[in-house]
Amino acid sequence: MEHSNWLSGTLMYLSAAVLAVPLARKLGLGSIIGYLVAGIVIGPWGLRLMTDAQDMLHFAEFGVVLMLFLVGLELEPHRLWALRKPIFGWGTAQLAGSTLLIAGIGLACGMPWQLSLVAALGLALSSTAIGLGVLNERNLLPTSGGQSLLSVALLQDIAAIPILALVPLLSLTGTGAAPEGHGWRAAGLALGMIAAIVLGGRLLLRPALRWIARSATPEIFTAAALLLVVATASLMQAVGLSMALGAFLAGVLLAESEYRRELETDIEPFKGLLLGLFFMAVGMNVDFAVVTAQPGRIAAVVAAFLLAKALVLWLMARAMPLPAPERPVFILLLAQGGEFGFVVFQAAQQAGVIDAGTSSVLVAAVAVSMLLTPLLLVAADRWWMPRLAHAGQSGMQELDEPQNAPVIIAGFGRYGQVVGRLLSANGIAVTVLEHDAEQVETVRRFGMAAFYGDATRLDLLRTAGADRARIIVVAIDDVAQSLKTVDVVREHFPQLAVVARARNVTHYYGLRQRGVTLIERETLDSALMSARSVLELMGLERHQARNLALRFRRHTIELLEEMAPHLGDQNKLIAVSKKGRQQLEQQWAKERAEAHARHKGTGWHADTVHPEPASHDAER
Amino acid sequence: MPSDILVLTAHPHLEHSKVNRLLMAAAASVGRVKVRDVYALYPDYLIDVAAEQRALTQARLVVWQHPIHWYHMPPLMKLWVDEVLAFGWAYGHGGHALQGKDLWLVASTGGPESSYRPTDYNRYPFDAFLPAYEQTATLCGMRFLPPLVLHGAHRIADDDLEAHARLLADRLTMYPDWPELRDLPACVTCEVPDNARPSLDLQEGP
Repeated sequence: MEHSNWLSGTLMYLSAAVLAVPLARKLGLGSIIGYLVAGIVIGPWGLRLMTDAQDMLHFAEFGVVLMLFLVGLELEPHRLWALRKPIFGWGTAQLAGSTLLIAGIGLACGMPWQLSLVAALGLALSSTAIGLGVLNERNLLPTSGGQSLLSVALLQDIAAIPILALVPLLSLTGTGAAPEGHGWRAAGLALGMIAAIVLGGRLLLRPALRWIARSATPEIFTAAALLLVVATASLMQAVGLSMALGAFLAGVLLAESEYRRELETDIEPFKGLLLGLFFMAVGMNVDFAVVTAQPGRIAAVVAAFLLAKALVLWLMARAMPLPAPERPVFILLLAQGGEFGFVVFQAAQQAGVIDAGTSSVLVAAVAVSMLLTPLLLVAADRWWMPRLAHAGQSGMQELDEPQNAPVIIAGFGRYGQVVGRLLSANGIAVTVLEHDAEQVETVRRFGMAAFYGDATRLDLLRTAGADRARIIVVAIDDVAQSLKTVDVVREHFPQLAVVARARNVTHYYGLRQRGVTLIERETLDSALMSARSVLELMGLERHQARNLALRFRRHTIELLEEMAPHLGDQNKLIAVSKKGRQQLEQQWAKERAEAHARHKGTGWHADTVHPEPASHDAER
Repeated sequence: MPSDILVLTAHPHLEHSKVNRLLMAAAASVGRVKVRDVYALYPDYLIDVAAEQRALTQARLVVWQHPIHWYHMPPLMKLWVDEVLAFGWAYGHGGHALQGKDLWLVASTGGPESSYRPTDYNRYPFDAFLPAYEQTATLCGMRFLPPLVLHGAHRIADDDLEAHARLLADRLTMYPDWPELRDLPACVTCEVPDNARPSLDLQEGP
C-alpha cells in the first residue's frame, strides 16, 4: 500500500511537471509558473490527485536548501565579505522598512498591535526560492540587481531566526514567553555551531572530499555531496537556525575548492527537481476555500502589502542606486511574500498571537502573491521595461529602435570590448548587446554605444538587426547563455556568420556541435604569450620562442579537432590527447638534437628524413 | 585533369593590387592549376611546411607569382623558400624531392622597363636581379624557365593588363608546349651536391 502510494505520487508529480513546464515555457511564462499551475491542478483544490500538500512542502523545502548551497558555491568568502554592507545595510532597511510600513497599515485599520506586527514580519519576508529561481533563469545573479537581491534574501534568512523567537513573546496571553536565560543559551549555541561549521569546513571538508574522490566511484561522490548539504542543514536546524543558511555557509566554504564544479554538477539536478516540487507544493497549498470565501479581503491584503513593500524597495533602488532597467525585477521579486511567511504564521497561530482564520487569510495572501509574481514579471517585461527604455534618463535603455550595423556583438565584457574596439577603430559599425545594466552604463561612460538586453531573446536580436547583419560575435561569458544565443541565431538567422568566444574545452565542443567554426578559447593566446616570456627568460631567442608558441598553438587546436569525434568517451579522449602530446614532444626533441648536431659540425650527412624540417632559427 | 601546376602567389597588400589579383584569377581559371596564396594561408607567418611540401610533390611546374619589392620577393615568400625548400628534402644529402621539375617566375614591377638600365634610377637591367632565383632553382635540381615579367604595373592600361593575364592563362594551359622551351636544355647543373649547405655557411658568417 505504502509502496504503491509512493509510486503513484511520483508518477503524478513527474507527469504534471513534464506537461506543465514545457507548456508554460512555450507560452513565454517561465518554468516557475508552470510548476505552480501544475501544483494547483493536481492539488486539493484542483483535481484532488494529491492531498498531502503540507508534507510535500516540508519535504520539498530541501530544494531551497540545495539552491542556497549552490548560490554559496558561486560566492567565494572574500566576495561574501564584500557583500557584508549590502546584506546588513540594505537587507535591514528592507526588512525594517517593510515591517514598519505594513504594521502601520494594520494599526491604521484598527488591528491590535501584536497582530499587526506579526503579520508585518511574516509578510515582509520574500520568497528566496522564486527570487533566486528567476534570477537563475534569466542569468541575472551576477548583475548588481541580482547581488542586491541576494543580499536582502540572505539577511531575511538570518533574520528569520530572531523573528521566530520573537513571535511567541508577542502572545496576548503571555503563554509563549520564553524564560530569559534560554534565549542567551540558544544564541550562544547558534553562534558556536556557525563557528564549528566554518572551522570544520575550512579544515576538514577538502581533505574529506579528496579522500572520497580518490575512491573513484562517481555515485559515492554524489552521495557525499548530498550528505554534506543534509548534514550542515540538520546541524543548523538542531540549534534552531535556518537550514538554508547552513547550506549556504557550506557552499561558500567550498567555493574556492577544486571540487566546486563537480559538486555543482552533482547537486544541480537534485536542486532543480526538488525546487520544482517545492513550487508545485506552493501551488497545492493555496487554500482556495479561503480565497473564494473572502476574495475581497485577500485581494486587499495582497495589494496592500505588495504596494507597501514595493514602495520601500523602490526607495532603496533609487538610493543604491540601481540601474533603472534592473529595478523592476528587483522590486517585484522582493515585494512578494515568501515561504518563510508560512512558518511565521504557523508559529504565531500556535503561540496564540493570531487565530486560525487570520492565519489562513495571511497564508493565502502570501501564496497568491507568490503565484502573481511570475505573472507580474511577464507583464513588467512587456509593459514596464519598454517604458523605462523611453524614459532612459542616463541613456540607459533596452534596445528598442531597429539597428542596421553589419556586426552584432553579444556580451560586452572584457572580451567583447576588445573585439568592438578593434572593429570601431576600423570604421566598422557594431551593435552591442549586454545583459548587465551596470556594465552597459560603464562602457557608455567611456563613450561606447552599448544596449541593454539579453541576446538570447529572439525579439531583441531582431531589433538589433540580426536579420540584416552579416556577423554576430558571441562573447557572452556564461556558457549556457552563449550556447542558447547560438541556438537562437542558428534557428532564426542562418545567414549570420557566428564568431564565438569559448570559456573552456567543453564550451568549445558545445559550439562546435552547433556548427560554429570560428571559435577562440579565451585564455589560450594570453597563456601562450606568457609561455613565450618564460621561454625567453630561459634563454631562448625571442623569435624562436615565438615560433614554438605558434606551432604549439596550431598543434593544440589540431588536437582539439582530432578529439572531437570521441566526445563522451573519456578513455579515448585521454588516449588521443596523450598521443598528440607525445608526438609533439618527440618532434621537438628530435629537432633539438638535430640542431645540436649541426651546431657541432657533425651530422650533416646523418641519414635523417625531415617530415617537418627544423626551422632555421632552431640553430644558433 | 589532375592539377600538375602549382602557382604560389604572394602579395603582402593584395587589397591594393589590381595586377596581382587579376593574374591570380587568370591562373586559377586554368583547370590544371592549383593556386596557393601564401599571405592568405599564413597571415601569421607560420608556414605549414608539410602541407607545402605535399603540394610541391604533386606538381610538375611550380610558378612563383609575386610583385618585385626591393629587387626581390616579398618577405613571406622568402620565408617560404627558407622553410619549405629544406635541407635533406629539396637540396643537400637526400634532397631530391624537386629534381626535374620546372620553376617559372611570373613577376611584376612598379617601375617601367626603361628604368632598368644604367642611366636610369634602377641602374641595372632587370635580368641582373635574377641570378638568386635561378640558382635557387638549380640547387634544387629544377629548371628555371624564362620569367614572365610585367613592368610598369602601376600605370598599365586595362587592355594591356588583360592581354597579359590572357597570356599567362594560355601559357599555363599549353605547358610544357612552349616555343621557348624547345631549345632549353633539360637542366644545366641538376646535380645536387651532397654537402650543399648554404644556410649553415650563412650562420657561420661574421
